[in-house]
Amino acid sequence: MAHYELRCRECGRTWGNQPRSICDDCFSPLEVTYDYDALRATVHGSNGHSPFSRERISQRPPNMWRYSELLPLPQGFEPRLPVGFTPLLHAPHLAERLSGTTEAAANLYIKNDAVCLPTLSFKDRVVAVALAQARAFGFETVSCSSTGNLANAVAAHAAREGLKAWIFIPADLEPAKILGTNVFGAKVVRIAGNYDQVNRLCSQIADEHRWGFVNVNLRPYYAEGSKTVGFEIAEQLGWRLPDNVVCPMAGGSLIVKIKKAFDELIKLGLVEGKEVKFFGAQATGCSPISTAIKTGSAEIEPQKPATIARSLAIGNPADGHYALKTIKSSGGWSEDVSDPEMIDSIRLLAETEGIFTETAGGVTVGTAGKLFRQDRILPEETTVLCVTGNGLKTTDVLAGVYETERPIAPKLAEFEKYLQQTLDIDEVADIVAASEEAASVGA
Amino acid sequence: MPIKVQIPAALRRHTDGVGSITCAASNLGELFSVLDEKFPGLKPHLRDDKGQIRRFLNIYVNEEDIRFLGGPEYAFREGDEVLLVPSIAGG
Repeated sequence: MAHYELRCRECGRTWGNQPRSICDDCFSPLEVTYDYDALRATVHGSNGHSPFSRERISQRPPNMWRYSELLPLPQGFEPRLPVGFTPLLHAPHLAERLSGTTEAAANLYIKNDAVCLPTLSFKDRVVAVALAQARAFGFETVSCSSTGNLANAVAAHAAREGLKAWIFIPADLEPAKILGTNVFGAKVVRIAGNYDQVNRLCSQIADEHRWGFVNVNLRPYYAEGSKTVGFEIAEQLGWRLPDNVVCPMAGGSLIVKIKKAFDELIKLGLVEGKEVKFFGAQATGCSPISTAIKTGSAEIEPQKPATIARSLAIGNPADGHYALKTIKSSGGWSEDVSDPEMIDSIRLLAETEGIFTETAGGVTVGTAGKLFRQDRILPEETTVLCVTGNGLKTTDVLAGVYETERPIAPKLAEFEKYLQQTLDIDEVADIVAASEEAASVGA
Repeated sequence: MPIKVQIPAALRRHTDGVGSITCAASNLGELFSVLDEKFPGLKPHLRDDKGQIRRFLNIYVNEEDIRFLGGPEYAFREGDEVLLVPSIAGG
């Protein structure tokens, strides 16, 4: 018997394991729950064995499957892709720029899922789990509604697994995200509407076709994959939890699942208990969750998205209610940033830390800056910013930001002339002094 | 005011498998009364103990979320197509 099963988040009714996302009794969403007592024994040892101890986990291959005990994986599942275990990077230069202090330099980290394999976003994590279950349930076709990154991930993983993929997207998605889905041989259906309309349509299609929709009927399993971001943050910090996590929010699932991951690690005794503050980041043009936080509302009011952050353009967030609860109960907050602030933040992250993120990452970095300025995040606190996607997929938002340079002839004299014209007087004087010094040392 | 109501699979065990009905209702309150009468088993699944529409039940009129049309006060027009979606997933 599996060590996990589906349970209604509201009424608590259990549903075993099957492809379904809602409770038939109260229509609330389902989530996966585990036999934590049995898992605790694998951490602390029984009969001399502790296969899920910190030490044993750290000896496993560096990918998300090292936390398999806390994922809903079918019996006998053999991973075919080394997904996850992305770098947790110190971000001292960014920290100074965001906080205006040097104190924050030692305490700010980027969880960099811009380099998550195989499709360069955190969606590879959720899809890896969903497709494991899709196979177990006997689906031959997998599907999703997507704002782009999920489309890429489902298409790639389906190709690897030998499954057919049907992908539903809003027609105006970034070209790189459409191409990055087409290339894997998936059937891409462009819908003349926004994500929320695509999503509603997929609910109807899932009723009529026996397909494994990763974010509809497989959603409880799929969402568990996001927990691996939280497991990795804790392990990479040396098996301790940060003070703050800043997380982009679209459907609102990721922030909820990172919290669940931390709670599970505490429950199993893999980390010390600690109150972590959760901060949500949204684009101002699609900010139903941050608006609810800032206005003190207990309910999420849907919005019509109007933002260049298409990966976050979900106006009716499926997990909005739970994201709101997670943030409020942790003592955190939520902010949102305008499109120009987002672009400035993409550039700031790239220029200070060498990480090129997509629009959602710009939202996270811009939000973190606001939280530092509001003293909601303090420089001496350990803070992790979740960068969930890669900038090479959304280059269109930077169109026109950088001038195309006039080419120069391949001659040294031409370059010297160019240098004089390009650099300001002080810089030229410095370069001349440095080259004279080099010449005298050489002599 | 004849309108068409689409009932998703998750609700059909309370409607004897009926997937759509045409009925007369001028607003959401009236529509729910019609559904209560026609399918008594459905009632507790649409509204909570306090009579409020369940948090996770989404209602669309002609593909538009009813909350963008003025919410429960929206006055149905002849030929409107109403869709009930329990717990929108996605994202």
